[in-house]
Amino acid sequence: MRELRIADGPAAGVLRVLIPVVLALVVGGMLLLALGKNPLDYYAFVVERGILRRGGLQETLTRMAPILLIAAGLIVAFRAGIWNLGGDGQFLLAAVTAAALAPALSGVLPRGATLVLCMAAGALVGAIWSLAPAMLKARYGVNEIVTTLMMSFLGVSLSNVLIKLVLFDPATTVPQTRSLPVDERLPRLWGSTVHSGLLIAVAILVLIHLMMTRTAFGLKLQVLGANRAAAIHAGERVERLTLLAFVLSAGLIGLAGAVEVLGVWGTVRADWNPAYGLLVVPLVFLARLNGCAVIGFTFFFSALMVGGESAAHRVGIPQYYVLVLVSLLLIFLALVEYLDQSRRKRLAA
Amino acid sequence: MVDASLRKVTKRFPGIVALDEVSLDFRGGEIHVLLGENGAGKSTLLGLLAGMQQPDSGEIAIDGKPVLIDSPRRSMDLGIGAVFQQLLLVPSLSVIENLMLGGPWWQPVKRAAALRRFGELATALAIRIDPDAPVTALSLGEQQQVEILRALWREEKMLLLDEPTSMLTPQGVADLGRMLRRLKEKGVALILITHKLLEAYEFGDRISVLRQGRLAGEIDPERMRSLSAGERTAEVLRLMFGTEANDERTRAAPDIAALTGRKAHRARPVDRLKPPVLTVSALATERLPGETALREVTFELWPGEVLGIAGVDGNGQKHLAEALAGQRAVAQGRIALDGRDVARGRVPERRRVGIRYVTDERLGEGTVGTFSVAINLLLKEIGSPPYWRRGITDWSLVHASARDQIRDHDIRTPSERTPVGKLSGGNIQKVLLARELGADARVAILNKPTYGLDLQNQRLALERIDAAAARGVALIVISTDLDELLEISDRIGVMFQGRLAGIIDNAADAERRIGSLMTGAESAGSA
Amino acid sequence: MNALLTEPFLVSLLYGAVTAGVPLLLAGLGEQMSEKAGVLNVGIEGMMLFGAYAGFVAAWYTGSFWLGFLAGGLGGAAVAFIVLLLCIRRGLNQIVIGIAVTMGCQGLTALLHFVQFSRTYPRLAAAPVLALPYLSRIPILGKGLFSHSPIVYLSVFLGVVLTWVYRATYFGLSLEAAGNKPSALDAAGVDVIRTRSFAVLSTGFLAGLGGAYMAIVGAGLFVPFMTGGAGFIGIVLAMLARGRPIWVLVGAVLFGVSLAMTTALQVAGLNVPTDVVQMLPFAVVMAVLVIFARHSMLPSALGLPYVRGER
Repeated sequence: MRELRIADGPAAGVLRVLIPVVLALVVGGMLLLALGKNPLDYYAFVVERGILRRGGLQETLTRMAPILLIAAGLIVAFRAGIWNLGGDGQFLLAAVTAAALAPALSGVLPRGATLVLCMAAGALVGAIWSLAPAMLKARYGVNEIVTTLMMSFLGVSLSNVLIKLVLFDPATTVPQTRSLPVDERLPRLWGSTVHSGLLIAVAILVLIHLMMTRTAFGLKLQVLGANRAAAIHAGERVERLTLLAFVLSAGLIGLAGAVEVLGVWGTVRADWNPAYGLLVVPLVFLARLNGCAVIGFTFFFSALMVGGESAAHRVGIPQYYVLVLVSLLLIFLALVEYLDQSRRKRLAA
Repeated sequence: MVDASLRKVTKRFPGIVALDEVSLDFRGGEIHVLLGENGAGKSTLLGLLAGMQQPDSGEIAIDGKPVLIDSPRRSMDLGIGAVFQQLLLVPSLSVIENLMLGGPWWQPVKRAAALRRFGELATALAIRIDPDAPVTALSLGEQQQVEILRALWREEKMLLLDEPTSMLTPQGVADLGRMLRRLKEKGVALILITHKLLEAYEFGDRISVLRQGRLAGEIDPERMRSLSAGERTAEVLRLMFGTEANDERTRAAPDIAALTGRKAHRARPVDRLKPPVLTVSALATERLPGETALREVTFELWPGEVLGIAGVDGNGQKHLAEALAGQRAVAQGRIALDGRDVARGRVPERRRVGIRYVTDERLGEGTVGTFSVAINLLLKEIGSPPYWRRGITDWSLVHASARDQIRDHDIRTPSERTPVGKLSGGNIQKVLLARELGADARVAILNKPTYGLDLQNQRLALERIDAAAARGVALIVISTDLDELLEISDRIGVMFQGRLAGIIDNAADAERRIGSLMTGAESAGSA
Repeated sequence: MNALLTEPFLVSLLYGAVTAGVPLLLAGLGEQMSEKAGVLNVGIEGMMLFGAYAGFVAAWYTGSFWLGFLAGGLGGAAVAFIVLLLCIRRGLNQIVIGIAVTMGCQGLTALLHFVQFSRTYPRLAAAPVLALPYLSRIPILGKGLFSHSPIVYLSVFLGVVLTWVYRATYFGLSLEAAGNKPSALDAAGVDVIRTRSFAVLSTGFLAGLGGAYMAIVGAGLFVPFMTGGAGFIGIVLAMLARGRPIWVLVGAVLFGVSLAMTTALQVAGLNVPTDVVQMLPFAVVMAVLVIFARHSMLPSALGLPYVRGER
């Protein structure tokens, strides 16, 4: 059978992303048609709202910040062979911590110090929340999928309890923490509505990428994730590495929660859960755990979500449609990725 | 009467022709040996008959009728039973449960019938195993017996065995031989795959030699009987290697060991008056289920000598290697290098004082298959200067150094960045040897260093070991291949049930003494 | 404290525990079969949701509850079929596809529900209850445990059946092999792909059934995202159950009781926040794990696709 002779260069990379996108758009479009809407209208709106309009673009960029940080955390964990599925709990608890701490500190400390301390606190809380699963895995080999999932449920419930019972602002009707005034939040970038959390997120993602590719620590984590027996054979302190990777991963996710609160909302409402932890998992896999590819994928999916929500409103269908579109994209991307890899295997040897 | 035949069968894999127009006949009541080097195509042939792969061209016929064996089930339906080198038993099930695998789903398990069949076969083959025993409780030899039972379960028509003696004691080999002869009498067609000449002669009624995927030639039963031992060997060698056994090989005495390329042992100048470099006293490791732990192992090792460790797999060799290397915690005892006890430390500390370990699991733990050759060459030094300064990787130095090593050790790889898993077994071993037997090595432990390699690479590995010994490195070579140990060791110790049953000098009676130590008949110190 | 031992409280608790626990039981039993076969089925939440919707729609349009349950099961199996095609027959990453499928089902069911019922949330009539003959007359236990929809009894019975199947049939052996050493199963002539496919489809059916129960019996209506993590709890239950259906049942009871506790306490006049009570089972399980630190029993070939002949 003649194979399509595609060079393995940037052209191939683009096609690998383009083909699944087109496929997903077509299938999604058929669904829209079934609902009686014009797909082209919808997609045009998505692009316009998500990227072309100034407001939409800023919204997209803003949406990227927490996702990039969570992605950084998951890259560290997955590279080390650790299934950190506790993202939602780590994210929320850190958000609540930052939201509760900030108003308290902002009266006392200058803005910069408050923000830094709250972000650190968020990261710390996220990290601490992963200690139990981390130690169970490092020392006893207890499967972390179960433990992190459970800690996630616990974390979400706990943060709700904290908001509703302890940290709530008595002045509001809906339970939420005391709001942080806008000028106390993370500063905006260059007169836009995008907060500096995005810069922090990008910087950290790049740092993590450099760490994984250029340091001994990063290499050790990769060895651990690729072949645990080899890591032991090579004399690496596997328990310590597992613990570190886990805690670092959860800390980054905690940071994401803190940044989101300090940059966008200023408060955490009860029962709020953007559930980024779930979405970012497939994203990170599709980006092949590569920090730079993650930025591209994140921008794409953020634009899709922002534009999609807006477009849905415009066209008259519920937001839920975006979930379907995202799901189709993930499936087609995974499919094309798989076909590409089997093609490679067949041609290689 | 021909039970099964292959006609001009060809099988290709990416980059290699595993079988090239091979035609063979297999007859009931005959042991047909397929002989050839590692990589000659024998296992592929087995795979075709067992339904794991299908030929690209050519035809397979059973009882004269052409068949397409497209799945293991089909193979079983045709009466073909196969025992592979890797044991295919489910560890969490018992013996009888493993044998019952494959029945129709919704039916309750027919235990009584299975037990009856078990009894039938076990008696016929003189096998004594408890059918309800968990598979993990059995020794490797017993597990292999279960595999043979499984292969013959439905019908005793045709049995294929792939390198069956690789994990057996000399006694176990004799038992297997008896079993095969019993089956032969019942009219079963037996196909034995091996790379060992001795086995081929001992068991085979008919020998077919495979070389690089082709059938190089055949010795039928009549010729087998008519040729003398020497003539037979010469014929087989000619078929295997294509030339008249060249001078180097025939110069030595016409005994089989020499003719297969094994040289006689040349004693090394080891100065035992100087203090030993390694002293191991009463070494013990923790007992874990399914493993044989060390109990009171004591020995000394001098610079420049090779201590061979013989013994059937599963008598503690793995624990010994790992305990010495620092990969396994020491429960009791001392490991002294130049007099200083290093038992407390783990792998990094051992490496620093010069203790190295070449594992038998090359891809399982020795390397990371998806990482480049360059990284694998430095796998145990991640973070150390000069390749890492303050934790940052100097990639140009890493790759340059890798290129040097690839050149020096003749590692065949497209580049230093190639994933090591893509290299052939022999080249992966070269990577391991290059990594471990470097300049700072003082004591090196090698576990099955020539396992699975073709003759050329086996030679190379042994030469490297020799060269290291000449440099003053003290080496411990663990192996189940007695010929190899006899060639290369100065002394040979035998592991039995976690103890060193004895250490003997590599003298004329070594083989006999080792054999009895391996079965526990002789204990340390007795003549 | 006395308020807790009254009949209203206990009945509410028991009844609620069963209603909340049955979907978890079904999801857990389904996931357990997949995991035994070596498949980590992360998409189970999506299967439950889709089953909930399919079941609701079928019951609404046909008026037959049994058809509703059947449709729910088939809906879940349909979603499982996609996972089967992609992950078992091909070898796509089970986690990626599982999450994608979950998200897709969440979006699709919400979307369809919106389109079909345009922001009105039609309610089903109360589902028929099968009160067991003598047992349902026992005080407290009768109303709490033995006056439920037949699906409840069937689910518990299923647990018993599966225990027998795993222990005493060839299917049980095949599952064990598929999850621990698929090459051994292949060599024994059993199709590994088919074994795993069957397991995954069964998971889908059971999950879908559980979702349908939630919609038809539990709530009487469909609300987007109504499963609320029940599928993930099913994964947790399956992983903790060490291969035995009885432990899935125990776990489902535990979680069911805690989920029903809030309402029951309200009936007793106590107002304890839902969130606190919901934390309890997770906290208990984590504490048990930390104290006893046992390895959860997972088949070694979990999550890895099987390719014949590949080392």
